[in-house]
Amino acid sequence: MRGITKRYPDGTAAVNDVDLDIADGEFVILVGPSGCGKSTLLRMIVGLEDISEGEMRIGGEVVNGKAAKDRNLAMVFQNYALYPHLSVRENMAFPLRLAKVPDDEVNRRVEEAAAVLELTENLDRKPANLSGGQRQRVAMGRAIVRDPNAFLFDEPLSNLDAKLRVQMRTEIARVQKKYGTTTVYVTHDQTEAMTLGDRVAVLKKGVVQQVDSPRELYNNPANLFVAGFIGSPAMNLVPATLKGRSLTLPFGTFDLPDELASLLPRGEGERQVIAGVRPEHFEDASLVAEADRGNGGVFRSRVDVIEWMGSELYAYLPYTATGDMASKLDALAADLDMEQLSTDESQLVTRLDAQSQVSAAGEAEIWVDLRRLHLFDPETGEALARRPAGSGAAAG
Amino acid sequence: MSVGTTLGGEKTGAERRRPGGKNRDDRPAADASRTKGQTLWIVGTIVIVAYAMFPVLWIASLSFKPAADVGDGRLIPQTFSLDNYRDIFTSGEFVRPLINSIGISLITTLIAVVVAAFAAYAIARLEFPGKTILLSGALAIAMFPPVSIIGPLFNIWRTIGLYDTWPGLILPYMTFALPLAIWTLTAFFREIPYDLEEAAQVDGATPFQAFRQVIMPLALPGIFTAAIIVFIFCWNDFLFAISLTSTDNARTVPAATAFFTASSNFINPTGQIAAAAIVVTVPIIIMVLVFQRRIVAGLTAGAVKG
Amino acid sequence: MATTTPGRARPTQPGPDGGNGKGKPAMTDRARAERALGLKLAAPAAIIMLLVTAYPILYAFYLSLFRYDLRTPEMNEFVGLSNYALILTSGVWWQSVLATTIITVVSVALELVIGLAFALVMHRAIFGRRTVRTSILIPYGIITVIAAFAFRFAVSPDTGFLPGDLNPLGNSIGSFATIIITEVWKTTPFMSLLLLAGLATVPEEMQEAAKVDGATAWQRLWKVTLPNMKAAILVALLFRTLDAFRIFDTVFVQTAGANNTQTISGVGYNTLVSRVNLGLGSAVSMLLFLMIILIAFLFVKGFKTNLGTVKGK
Repeated sequence: MRGITKRYPDGTAAVNDVDLDIADGEFVILVGPSGCGKSTLLRMIVGLEDISEGEMRIGGEVVNGKAAKDRNLAMVFQNYALYPHLSVRENMAFPLRLAKVPDDEVNRRVEEAAAVLELTENLDRKPANLSGGQRQRVAMGRAIVRDPNAFLFDEPLSNLDAKLRVQMRTEIARVQKKYGTTTVYVTHDQTEAMTLGDRVAVLKKGVVQQVDSPRELYNNPANLFVAGFIGSPAMNLVPATLKGRSLTLPFGTFDLPDELASLLPRGEGERQVIAGVRPEHFEDASLVAEADRGNGGVFRSRVDVIEWMGSELYAYLPYTATGDMASKLDALAADLDMEQLSTDESQLVTRLDAQSQVSAAGEAEIWVDLRRLHLFDPETGEALARRPAGSGAAAG
Repeated sequence: MSVGTTLGGEKTGAERRRPGGKNRDDRPAADASRTKGQTLWIVGTIVIVAYAMFPVLWIASLSFKPAADVGDGRLIPQTFSLDNYRDIFTSGEFVRPLINSIGISLITTLIAVVVAAFAAYAIARLEFPGKTILLSGALAIAMFPPVSIIGPLFNIWRTIGLYDTWPGLILPYMTFALPLAIWTLTAFFREIPYDLEEAAQVDGATPFQAFRQVIMPLALPGIFTAAIIVFIFCWNDFLFAISLTSTDNARTVPAATAFFTASSNFINPTGQIAAAAIVVTVPIIIMVLVFQRRIVAGLTAGAVKG
Repeated sequence: MATTTPGRARPTQPGPDGGNGKGKPAMTDRARAERALGLKLAAPAAIIMLLVTAYPILYAFYLSLFRYDLRTPEMNEFVGLSNYALILTSGVWWQSVLATTIITVVSVALELVIGLAFALVMHRAIFGRRTVRTSILIPYGIITVIAAFAFRFAVSPDTGFLPGDLNPLGNSIGSFATIIITEVWKTTPFMSLLLLAGLATVPEEMQEAAKVDGATAWQRLWKVTLPNMKAAILVALLFRTLDAFRIFDTVFVQTAGANNTQTISGVGYNTLVSRVNLGLGSAVSMLLFLMIILIAFLFVKGFKTNLGTVKGK
């Protein structure tokens, strides 16, 4: 895809100048909040939406004007779009019959797919008599039997309940591995994105923010949006002041470690930045081994609320945000639909070891791993200290 | 907690639809007022049935009364007699109009439904210029007083030789039935999720294949309903029938009945009219009985969702 | 390959309000094919409807400007609006307007009330739904003239069940009553179906909340149910009013217009077919058409102001 754009009659661009290359056999995820254009992009790939500008090539061939039926792509719809008047068998056979595939071949393929998806006992039932998960599998079966150039998934799991979602996620991963077919998958759930994809493209308002492996996205976000979107609970984003190597955060002032400082552009005097720290990069200072202490800084803080989960402990630490950064953070909060970022709350979400004795309405000494800090330009949202790819190493 | 299933696979947990309609609420304390409420509804139901059936029963009773008893004012005839029925079928006044009614209504229904189905599909699914004009035009025609065109039609038909012929009635019937059918069918087509056609396209179907293999089977109930509604409309028409026909060539039953009075050689044609009425009503009652759910769906879909 | 081909900038598919107008760049093949198919499919219906209505209407309008009497064809000539003047100064005409209005207003009002009652019953009916629904549809399925005959016979002294010499069809009030009762009987079911559909859209929770708040059944009806059914009620009223105004069959069969019950359509028919005065008859028809349009217009206006913020489109 080169410069793919979708413009509506009133001028707004649902998809704006997207460049993306998807290799054969790759599992690429398009993720972003509602309205970011991911579904539109998917529909342009399959041919259900017209492309306003740009070039779409499949297998080297320009397909902009090609009808959906000629692109040999299979799509699994959000609401499955199963044909209610046909049995499961006929639903899966539908595309093959259209292609005039001989009966015995049709039966073979349908039965094979049914076996892979564990639908064999249900072949003669109608969709109305199936559960949500089963219908999802029928929709996948319909895609599999065609042996298409690629599988396209449009938020297939969003209509399932949580437990089923986890189950089907692994199903989809398994099936894709088995057939090795190129897959493009759209979701708004970043967990799905992280667990399923070889590469993930994060979209916001029609523009691609970053395309990378899940690991890179997590450890090396290119901008504020990606940083705040990926990862749950979300990264803490606080206003800060940088002077030389000294970073003043609302909860303390620290010297940046070398590896981080060396990545920063040469600065003149003081500048405002936005600092990001993931909850797991905080720890109860009393539980940090001496050897590691030097990698970070320690500060005292009040504790508002704690949530003890058994495997870990979440401590919510209040802080006061200063002045004009507030509006930027509010804007970001609106973008991502996450109130944590808005400055009304001003709480640090920290994930501590379950052994921690930190208690609510008390005070605690908290250690923060400064090597894991992220810095962002408050005007553009761009990351200021991108680490070279693949350096998002060890235990976080 | 039960998870209901819907076509799209969404989880519905909220309301379970039970046959018979009402969500049962199991609060024992409300039992007393509930029975009172129930009795009211039962009474109401009986009232409705009686209301609907009374004229039918009356005219049925008239049809079974021999000529002498016609004025006796009793609902249940003293003597049951099939004289009237025999008379209408042998006197030749009724049979031909009956055939006309059946033939004209069937032909109109067939053509109107097919044409309307095409148009309704186009309106529900496709983008093309003039869509709103078509719909508003259809609505305008449905609102139209037929009296306003019987004059011109009378003249035109006489000129081109369609007066007193089957096509002479079929054409105006179709015109007035089309809006009805289009509105009903458009509502039905809109109900079919658009994903299905998209899925069919992605699966490799041409628009026509998608229409024939996916849409048509799903729209069949709607088509059926539209057909019934159109049929009843044609069967029922009086104004065109008496204005555009003059002999048995094309005169339909409603028109013929109104003129039993004039041409009959019996003292009092009441019995015959009653018998004729029953003969044309019984099939309708049967049809309504069998298809009542469909008809209700069709009538309300067209009006409310339109 | 990094060459971006701007190519033919394709606009999006046409928006919801109709196809591309002139002056926009070419559509994609898909949009073009869609448009062609749409026109092809809709054409037969459009043609039929146009042919049989558009032309006759225009012709009727044309005729109404003429003195066009088939009994005296030699006197046919253009008379402009004098047919209309004749009608608008005719007692017969105004009497028919009055009669039609009376019948319309009274029957629609009755139908609304009775129809609502029926709708409420049907809404709550637990069993016997099939019976009720069938019963409701029988008046709909019965031929209007048959129904008219049925009621005529039922009230006539020589065939009916009324005591003594009572003959409603012999006097004005009785005639109106009989006609109205027939009409109401026949079309209330349709009204009640529309209202039932509207009833079904009132969320059950609202009723329950009102119950909990202490509202009686009557209060619930007026304050919760009816306000939420406004749209359905207005639609039902519109359809029925327009229908009722065109009434013809029942009057023809029961009174043939006697006793001051002649309706506008009846006048039109008489003039056109019985007296084959096409000029005058056409003028009557045109006036009726205009009145229908006026009523529809008033209703729709009423809708819009009423529904304005109640229902977003």
